[in-house]
Amino acid sequence: MEPTSGAAVSEQTFTPGTSSRALVELRHVDKHFGPLHVLRDVSLTVDRGEVVVVIGPSGGGKSTLCRAINRLEVIDSGEIAIDGRPLPAEGRELARLRADVGMVFQSFNLFAHKTVLQNVTLGQIKVRRKGRKAAEERARGLLDRVGVGTQADKYPAQLSGGQQQRVAIARALAMDPKIMLFDEPTSALDPEMINEVLEVMRQLARDGMTMVVVTHEMGFARSAANHVVFMADGRIVEETTPDEFFTAPRTDRARDFLSKILHH
Amino acid sequence: MFDFLQGYDVLGAFWTTVQLTLWSAIGSLLWGTALAAMRVSPVPVMRGFGTWYVNVVRNIPLTVIIIFTSLGLFQTLGVSLGAGTFTVINFRLAVLGLIAYTSAFVCEALRSGINTVPLGQVEAARALGLGFTQVLGLIVLPQAFRSVVGPLANVLIALTKNTTVAAAIGVPEAALLMREMIENEAQLILISAVFAAGFLVLTLPTGLFLGWVSRKAAVRR
Repeated sequence: MEPTSGAAVSEQTFTPGTSSRALVELRHVDKHFGPLHVLRDVSLTVDRGEVVVVIGPSGGGKSTLCRAINRLEVIDSGEIAIDGRPLPAEGRELARLRADVGMVFQSFNLFAHKTVLQNVTLGQIKVRRKGRKAAEERARGLLDRVGVGTQADKYPAQLSGGQQQRVAIARALAMDPKIMLFDEPTSALDPEMINEVLEVMRQLARDGMTMVVVTHEMGFARSAANHVVFMADGRIVEETTPDEFFTAPRTDRARDFLSKILHH
Repeated sequence: MFDFLQGYDVLGAFWTTVQLTLWSAIGSLLWGTALAAMRVSPVPVMRGFGTWYVNVVRNIPLTVIIIFTSLGLFQTLGVSLGAGTFTVINFRLAVLGLIAYTSAFVCEALRSGINTVPLGQVEAARALGLGFTQVLGLIVLPQAFRSVVGPLANVLIALTKNTTVAAAIGVPEAALLMREMIENEAQLILISAVFAAGFLVLTLPTGLFLGWVSRKAAVRR
């Protein structure tokens, strides 16, 4: 499936002349959890600078799709390629590739025994082989950017959920990733903290970061996405622009879903 | 009342006990950590070896292991661990035997600690591009160690008392001296009491101190 939202990506920073615009390509991906068929023949292309928001009912395969892109879930069949290179098997090659793919989890997963600053410098020092000074400078810059600069020396458990998630975003950004994956980043947050995280994500999108976002935040999908992917029962049911999806969904499944979440 | 102590180097014997304990503790911490790493490694051969080692070694009586180091390793195979005199050879053999035995328990304590580290910590580390050894060494083991200070303190206390088995191959530690004094002196109860008190002096503060460390080191989630 080729994306249909050419107009929507034009405002993003995007280098013409590169051989391929596609940064992530999934082709005919299938995945089972035991008897459960969680991904059914899923094909999806994410272009450079594009923000793809994946929405749909729980258990529809959204998170699995997101986690399959950096091989935290191993797929049964099909192909996934990042920047033109197919995902390698577990090992050094895969680790190198993962360093280029930032991931933000629902449950933050900040390293509990390390300070906020150490969380953000760890990957830079141990994977990117940067010096401690340069890594800390970059980390403080990123922490300021996501609005938690004053919390650098605290431990994750001392921070609110919203602050922890913003640190997690900074930790991923510190690797200078080509793409950021967000797996329900606001689902574990108290309502009043959701916006501070979404605002950071909107800023990232404006800066031209390529993003795949699994979320239940329809407001975010509407305002930040170039592309909405609606998933249910392991399939991509609909793939279109946010405007089209929210005003004129083509499938009954999507209409049904939207009617349940938008009017109450 | 304590005249019977004269002519015996009780402090020297306990110093040997302390040395046995310290060297064995360091050794079994290292080897036990390596075993735990093997037991969670993705390589089947390593997992198999770790499991086999723990199940065999922790089920053999320590006395058998210590006597084997002397009769089997030294007298039959000629392993002297680079030492010249019998005292030093036996001391090193005893440390070797204690490490072999205690590391099985360190491994299992540590493995239970590894199981307390949420999977999300590992996923986040792998997502950053860290390899298996980095994930284990930087993220999993540091958190695992912090959660098993208490169980490891138990292992250390057991080890301190287990050093008395080294008397079986003639290492001049506390239990060997106690046996010698019981043969030569009349105050049997007092002699036992002195040595019992000696071990309490070693183990009680260890337990209290590590209990405090355990509370300090606990990872807040």
